[in-house]
Amino acid sequence: MKPAIVTTRRQRSTPPAPVSSFPYHPGSLLSVLDLTVDGVSQLLIRATELENEDPIGRDHILAKRRIALLFYESSTRTRTSFELACKALGADTTLVSSLSSSIEKGESVKDTGLTLRALGAEAIILRHNSSGAAWLLEESTRLPVINAGDGMHEHPTQALLDLRTILTHLRPGLVGVAPDTLAGVTVMITGDILHSRVARSNMQLLPRVGARVLLCGPKELLPEQAARSGPGIEIERDFDAALAQSQAVMMLRIQAERLAGLQLDLDEYKANYQLTGQRLAAHAPAAVVLHPGPIIRGMEITAGVADGVQSAILEQVTNGLAIRMAVMERALTAENGGRA
Amino acid sequence: MTTLAICGGRLVDPAAGVDAAKDILLKDGRVAEIAGPGKLKNMEGAEVLDATGLVVAPGLIDIHVHLREPGQAYKETIATGTAAAAAGGFTSVAAMPNTTPVNDSPEITRWMQAPERGASVRVFPIAAATRGSKGETINDYAALKSAGAVAVTDDGRPILKDGMMRETLAAAARVGLTVIQHAEDTRMTQGASMNLGPVSFKLGLRGMPPEAESSMVERDIRLVAELRESHPHLHVAHTSTAAALAAVRQARRNGLRVTCEVAPHHFLLTEEHVGLYNTHAKMNPPLRSAADRDSMIEGILDGVVDAIATDHAPHAMHEKEIEFELAPNGITGLETALGLCLRWLHSEWKIPLGRVLSLLSAQPAALLGLKGRGTLAVGSFGDVVVFDRTAEWIYRATESKSKAKNTPFDGWEMLGKVRWTVSEGRVVHASA
Ligand SMILES: [Zn+2]
Repeated sequence: MKPAIVTTRRQRSTPPAPVSSFPYHPGSLLSVLDLTVDGVSQLLIRATELENEDPIGRDHILAKRRIALLFYESSTRTRTSFELACKALGADTTLVSSLSSSIEKGESVKDTGLTLRALGAEAIILRHNSSGAAWLLEESTRLPVINAGDGMHEHPTQALLDLRTILTHLRPGLVGVAPDTLAGVTVMITGDILHSRVARSNMQLLPRVGARVLLCGPKELLPEQAARSGPGIEIERDFDAALAQSQAVMMLRIQAERLAGLQLDLDEYKANYQLTGQRLAAHAPAAVVLHPGPIIRGMEITAGVADGVQSAILEQVTNGLAIRMAVMERALTAENGGRA
Repeated sequence: MTTLAICGGRLVDPAAGVDAAKDILLKDGRVAEIAGPGKLKNMEGAEVLDATGLVVAPGLIDIHVHLREPGQAYKETIATGTAAAAAGGFTSVAAMPNTTPVNDSPEITRWMQAPERGASVRVFPIAAATRGSKGETINDYAALKSAGAVAVTDDGRPILKDGMMRETLAAAARVGLTVIQHAEDTRMTQGASMNLGPVSFKLGLRGMPPEAESSMVERDIRLVAELRESHPHLHVAHTSTAAALAAVRQARRNGLRVTCEVAPHHFLLTEEHVGLYNTHAKMNPPLRSAADRDSMIEGILDGVVDAIATDHAPHAMHEKEIEFELAPNGITGLETALGLCLRWLHSEWKIPLGRVLSLLSAQPAALLGLKGRGTLAVGSFGDVVVFDRTAEWIYRATESKSKAKNTPFDGWEMLGKVRWTVSEGRVVHASA
């Protein structure tokens, strides 16, 4: 590193923050920050094109290309979505899950990745319980790595599919995005922000297309520093007040055992933060409701709202397939991948 | 034993108040004579090092290193760790007791100093404060001291219980040993792998609050104050937070014997240097905020910091090539300390050369009571570093003498190149 000089508050030069060499591969998608706004736009446009394309023609795009799904955590929803997206483009997929032997025996992420590469994998989709694992895998293998969720950190394809869902409802007819596309729109995210990779990816992505992100939840699940982790992020602890400002309402799953660990009362949490039909009608009667799943009905959201007219929860699942087709096509074909 | 003359250089010996053109003669491992250029009287048969244009200074002293022996020779050995020390200009290193087994006995303390270890420079063991560093039973400090231990600590496993820490301070004071505390309230850092703040939030990593360090330092100082009559010496290892440094400053104003050290990474780097999960920027205490880092610089400038210590913590490559949260803490530091201190403390922040060298030799020697070290006055040990203070160079971890390569300073610009390191009259490192 060249010590180019950075000036601090006290006019004293100190070593500059490091420059990242990630992603090593232009097809990788480790973080939403890997993408420029234009790169996001291209993915959204391709998702729509691929969705509309004849399945027979689509089948040739990645015909016989080899993609490995490396899942250290079980996740039926995300794994199935990626698998179907790969297969829709004609690719061959292999699943290596936490139940399989090499992971069980404690082989390192690096060695598992190198083994998959030696077996001919051309890209790896990784779900891992440790934040940053996707970076480790990419650095070790130099293959296109798609982050399908790393610890509490990021889940970039989820944020992209959430963006597509929000666009469908709030900017109908628009396919691509620009830095001001969601100007004037407030997206609230409620619940266990601290442990949520979905929240982190959305918090980093949505402000870059003009949205204001409003975080809501108790201190234990939403520390103050969340608002300082990027631009366009604010905190509103009062759920009703946050609802009243929002055009999109994203609810996150609450795990009861996590509340217990934080000495939070379940009934109190529900009284303060559960999204009910009554609340929605009173404060956000036109907002679109999102939830990354899995839903715990009667916990963070009532069944009535989950199944109600404002809910876009199943659309999110469908959008996931389209987004992941575009992401996998980019992984294996893109020249520069719309890199940031 | 050979006689060695170092001639033509600029002798900088802050402890002796010397900064002048001097020749120096080392005989039988000791400084035998100091004279003006060309004026040494007893040169016959001496090997001569031409130090023209170079700085001649007391060998550097690092009071916080991990040499990994006994028990973890795959990370480092006493031989390789001290070879790295010699390459970095260090002639004395104080070795932490978190080995396998823990150095909590006179036997291990002696074993570490035995000639069979092949050390290039002097190793001063720091013994465990408690049996197995478990924080339950006090070790026999008198026996450890006579075996050569220069301080006691449970580094890495802080002494949490007030009663145990009080007992440790009192027992160490009775035999005149320093208690070194790795200040961390581990109840506040469970599962955490970096500093707590916006960066840890963004990276989805659990964070260590600065209070985990400062509250422990404040507690320890309270205990030192309570034991004031028995004059305990508390030394705070690797200080990293503004609040901890402020507590040390206040304790000193109150007349307590409390000292502290700061590592180069804590006065140079911040949590931003973790980048995207760079395990070579993972250590404990972690890299802190820019404000904390700036306080470390202030502390060095205003004198509350007593010593620069590297916390040299070698790990095998494969141990660092894993998930950030699972990777072990620590970075190497012996070969980069001088180059970074001259580049930043001296050249950039204008701290006089003598003061920088004092923080790296005279002050740490005084702190641990290493007699005859940290100065080149006649009669002291012949521990010398000779370096070109104007040479700029790039540090390459691959060329390290250490077994380990885990450093965030790979590829960094250094200022000041070590030409010779002399340990007790023997040249233990030479470079072009
Ligand atoms: Zn320590």
